[in-house]
Amino acid sequence: MVALNPKPPTGAVACGRIQPIETHELRKVYGNTVAVDGITLSVAKGEAFGFLGPNGAGKTTTIKILLGLVHPTMGQARLLGHAPGDPAVMGRVGFLPEYFRFHPWLTATDFLDLHGRLYGMSAEQCRRRIPQLLERVGLADRANSHLGEFSKGMAQRIGLAQALLNEPEVVFLDEPTSGLDPLGRREVRDLIRELRNDGVTVFLNSHFLSEVEITCDRIAIVKRGRVACVGTLDELTRGSVEVEVHATGLTPELQEGLGRWGRILSADGDRFILAVEGEEVLPAIAGWLVEGGARLYALSPRRLSLEELFVRIMKEEA
Amino acid sequence: MSIFTIARLTFLEAQRRKLLWAVLLMGLAFLILYAVGFYFTYRDFSRQGATLPRQFFEMANVLLLMGLYVVNFLGIVLAVSISVDTIAGEITSGTIQTIVSKPLRRWQVVCGKWLGLAVMLSAFVILMCTALMAIVWFIARYMPPNAVQGTALIVLSGLVLLTLSILGGTRLATLANGVVVFMLYGLAFVAGWIEQIGAFVRNATAVDIGIFVSLLMPSEAMWKRAAYLMQPPFMRDLGITPFSSSSAPNDAMVAYTIGYIVLTLGVALHLFQRRDL
Repeated sequence: MVALNPKPPTGAVACGRIQPIETHELRKVYGNTVAVDGITLSVAKGEAFGFLGPNGAGKTTTIKILLGLVHPTMGQARLLGHAPGDPAVMGRVGFLPEYFRFHPWLTATDFLDLHGRLYGMSAEQCRRRIPQLLERVGLADRANSHLGEFSKGMAQRIGLAQALLNEPEVVFLDEPTSGLDPLGRREVRDLIRELRNDGVTVFLNSHFLSEVEITCDRIAIVKRGRVACVGTLDELTRGSVEVEVHATGLTPELQEGLGRWGRILSADGDRFILAVEGEEVLPAIAGWLVEGGARLYALSPRRLSLEELFVRIMKEEA
Repeated sequence: MSIFTIARLTFLEAQRRKLLWAVLLMGLAFLILYAVGFYFTYRDFSRQGATLPRQFFEMANVLLLMGLYVVNFLGIVLAVSISVDTIAGEITSGTIQTIVSKPLRRWQVVCGKWLGLAVMLSAFVILMCTALMAIVWFIARYMPPNAVQGTALIVLSGLVLLTLSILGGTRLATLANGVVVFMLYGLAFVAGWIEQIGAFVRNATAVDIGIFVSLLMPSEAMWKRAAYLMQPPFMRDLGITPFSSSSAPNDAMVAYTIGYIVLTLGVALHLFQRRDL
């Protein structure tokens, strides 16, 4: 198993700085269903944080708690140092919900104007900002089209524009590329990168591994309402190395002893796949096998891809 | 400020959904029908030999109250139809999430919606009542007593339904909400007549049942108070028309109804505040 305890980024909490997003032992229960089961995490300023998990893992509920849309059963959440939903802070936050829908009779411009007003923007600010945003999400030519005429991908883009109206410090994107074609996905990925470069904190819910892999600084993998592991892509995949051992002449003692170096994932005759904590142990394993009288043909390490890590975590029993 | 943005959105929505126009058109159709009906009925009445001014006033008053009764009913139908889906529907579609996650309080969303719809409903009722009275004035030169108070009470009757439907929307799905609110109205309607008949035959139990239901659902009581105020005193004392009320609700009932609306809205705010969206 990988280093699986969610830890705040080094130094952040120690310095006493307020993190844009912090949760502590967050828990949400609906009847008999536990949607979120003790999530503790912290996202640093300017970080793109990927919240990765299958459908029903509690990703959307976590975002909703952070935005004050859902009341947690237990635990705490802070957004820019305030309680979720506090109007003092919601003006600095943008949100694109999953399956974004809005009044179909509004035109793209009217829709953004309305949301601008809800953000407390003046008519002048709206007039200046709306064309910029329509341009940015590729809908400049549809400014006067009704939302009802929009395809799913266009609705997602206008939703994205809405989330960026107020030039937010923190943006929550819940499955932003669902319904988009490959080109649209790429544009959203580019947009997330731009936001990160502008110093915006991005909290991205997704079940698309490649999207998270490409855009996020840190990733948390969630399973059944719990954070299974959290870290940078490098930390997550470095934490566990699979080694293929091909050796003959293994005594029963040697075979049993292999299990002390790591977890034996599979054994097939004289070939073993072993999960070890890091590549540092490989020379020692080789030495130990040879000293024990085995003939070692191959000891090949293979670093996990995010996908393999994800699949492995999902397959593991709780 | 946010309240007014939400109120404006709510108003625009009714307009864009063509609901507002449909209601105005149907209201206009009703007014034309009423004017024609009133004209011929009134003319025949005078041809049948009625000579005393009092007879004409009685006739005009009864016909006007009939028209106002329909306006009261249309107001109730409008109140429920414009409000039944406004919160429940947006919760179901998820639209509410992008609104509530803006820098505003949840109570502002509910109050904004209530305000937008209440203005729309009040405008409709006032317009219809004024038009009816104008028709009666032009044909019969008759103006009922307490026209302003009467109209305000009809508005209040609709606001009771509107607020209850907003409250229901914070917890129930659209259809269930509509059914519950109309059933409550039906209950009050039936209880109103039980009370009326009970008072006529001097049955205290029937009157008590009517009063009890009016406290649960005071919309019909507001209509009865309006009808009571808008009849000439001699007519309501004689109890000679279907709109005379032997046990008319008093001013305390009006104050109770205003309190009822405020409390209902307060409960709606509380429930919406606590609800997971």
